[in-house]
Amino acid sequence: MHAVVCIKSVPDTTEVRINPETNTLMRSEVESVINPFDTYAIEEAIRLKEAHGGKVTVITMGPPKAEKELKEAVAMGCDEAVFLCAREFAGADTWCTAYTLAQAIRKLGDYDVVLCGRQAVDGDTGQVGPGIANQLGIPQLTYVSKLRAMDPEAGTIEVERLVEEGREIVASRLPALLTVVKDINQPRYPTFRGIRAARRMEIPQWGAADLPGADAAFLGLDGSPTKVMKVFAPPKREGKVELIDGDSVDGMADLLSDRLLQDKVI
Amino acid sequence: MAGSVVAVNDNCTACGACIPECPVEALSLPEAKAAATDVSSYSGVWVWVEQFQGRAASISWEMMGQGRILADRLGTTLTACVLGEDVEGVAKEAIAFGADRVFLADHPTLCTYRTDPYSQILVDLVREHRPAIFLLGASTRGRDLAGSVATPLYTGLTADCTGLEIDPETGLLQQTRPAFGGNIMATILTPNHRPQMATVRHRVFEMPAPDPSRQGQIVPVPVHLVEDEIVTKVIDFVIEEGDVNLADARVIVSGGRGVGGPEGFEPLRELAQVLGGAVGASRSAVDAGWIPYAHQVGQTGRTVRPDLYIACGISGAIQHRAGMSTSRVIVVVNKDPEAPIFEIATYGIVGDVKDVVPALTTQFRKKLAGQ
Repeated sequence: MHAVVCIKSVPDTTEVRINPETNTLMRSEVESVINPFDTYAIEEAIRLKEAHGGKVTVITMGPPKAEKELKEAVAMGCDEAVFLCAREFAGADTWCTAYTLAQAIRKLGDYDVVLCGRQAVDGDTGQVGPGIANQLGIPQLTYVSKLRAMDPEAGTIEVERLVEEGREIVASRLPALLTVVKDINQPRYPTFRGIRAARRMEIPQWGAADLPGADAAFLGLDGSPTKVMKVFAPPKREGKVELIDGDSVDGMADLLSDRLLQDKVI
Repeated sequence: MAGSVVAVNDNCTACGACIPECPVEALSLPEAKAAATDVSSYSGVWVWVEQFQGRAASISWEMMGQGRILADRLGTTLTACVLGEDVEGVAKEAIAFGADRVFLADHPTLCTYRTDPYSQILVDLVREHRPAIFLLGASTRGRDLAGSVATPLYTGLTADCTGLEIDPETGLLQQTRPAFGGNIMATILTPNHRPQMATVRHRVFEMPAPDPSRQGQIVPVPVHLVEDEIVTKVIDFVIEEGDVNLADARVIVSGGRGVGGPEGFEPLRELAQVLGGAVGASRSAVDAGWIPYAHQVGQTGRTVRPDLYIACGISGAIQHRAGMSTSRVIVVVNKDPEAPIFEIATYGIVGDVKDVVPALTTQFRKKLAGQ
């Protein structure tokens, strides 16, 4: 069984800055971490390896310092890592990111399952997973909250998906791409053995030339169909809190309920 | 022709008409960038109308309302795409909600939403009819579908928009969306590819009033899907009780650490029931196992935008605020007057959730009974 996990290095804080020249994000000043949703994808992949044997390969595309996140994934238990890091990839939107990751997964060859987090907490799009599945021509199972069964021999998989109205139970064929939500598991901490393995590991770094199937026209900022026109701070919430005061709880509840009925929010 | 081999000369316009003619399916078109950049040949605004068990999702009508505004501004038509089984009723509703034309794909394979058959139908429709703008609701299904439609079309897709406008000079769709948990807003364009695709969050746009007397055209779409060729099967669906559908809720009563335990959510459920709302939770309440993850509001849960958000015993970590700070009215009930959530509150009560919430329930039960 071969599971491939796609992760993203994201800033460890919601305080980020914008480069006013290029309108792109300046990430260099903030400490980075593995996108929290991706840690669930890593955990699920490691559990699949424990159940079925085989290996887990972790991939990321990002700036040079994102190698730290790959090492952490290895410390958690991933066996191999691939680092897509090159100037040609920079500035990619979700279309180009999915394209580039799909090219790398294709180069890895035989895989049974690709796992991603539901979305990244910085960009918040949740589009790269479906994009990869579509590029690879494999089924996608998004918002997975439970992996009910997987049989790599028979090539079958059954999952629960979390949708607005409840839970949908879906069966599909392998290879498939899953995006997972937080409910699916509790990610483990890196082990000492894992940390040592990660420290020793030489992670291969791939550029555009290492992706034989990749068309340069579909890479990076130039290949991206979307362009950022401007970036700005969100409008501040107006007004100040009105504290409801009163001698008794019932009095305060009376006052507040009147206010909300007047505001016509109920 | 040279011998039995077809040669393509400069007269080829990459129209694709030859592809189905080939007896051995030997012809294909690359996803030519040149074809995508001919933006002038694309016109009209499209909306995908999501349905679940034959009922349209309210988010789709919100999209239709905004789609109508954009279409009028561009002086073009609004088209709804309705996919499902026995959903002609939804198609008629789409006209009442503003569609000039409805593409109706009615087929047993489309009964329940699945990525592959739905994206296949929509990709084919886009290729044939070339819309300039294509909008989808940012529901789980909409976000699942949008990426797999935009990918084969090689076009731009902007997720989870909170604003859509037309640039008066260029006619381009200005797509504004939050990122970094709402700390940054970005306006995004798709200048050279079509359609300009966007998904929009729940309750961003006003629900339009339907006009049953509106006239429009329903165009049946021939569906050639074969069930055996679709690898993904929906085998069951577990519908959660009424208080978990946070996305559509007009009122959300949400609890955090301050509710004290799993039983602490009981009074919140009662209040939510009286107000016809849903129950939300902070991450710490979910992580403590007091309530299932489906209820979680915030960066790693759901982003919500109700008319009224009542935060009970929630301190208001930035990750929680990212998921609810655009609610219209925010009520905070918290023992701690220094809790950061008061910073974004409309109304606040400093007090114990255990006393205040039941008192609110009593008041509303009394005052709403007469309505």
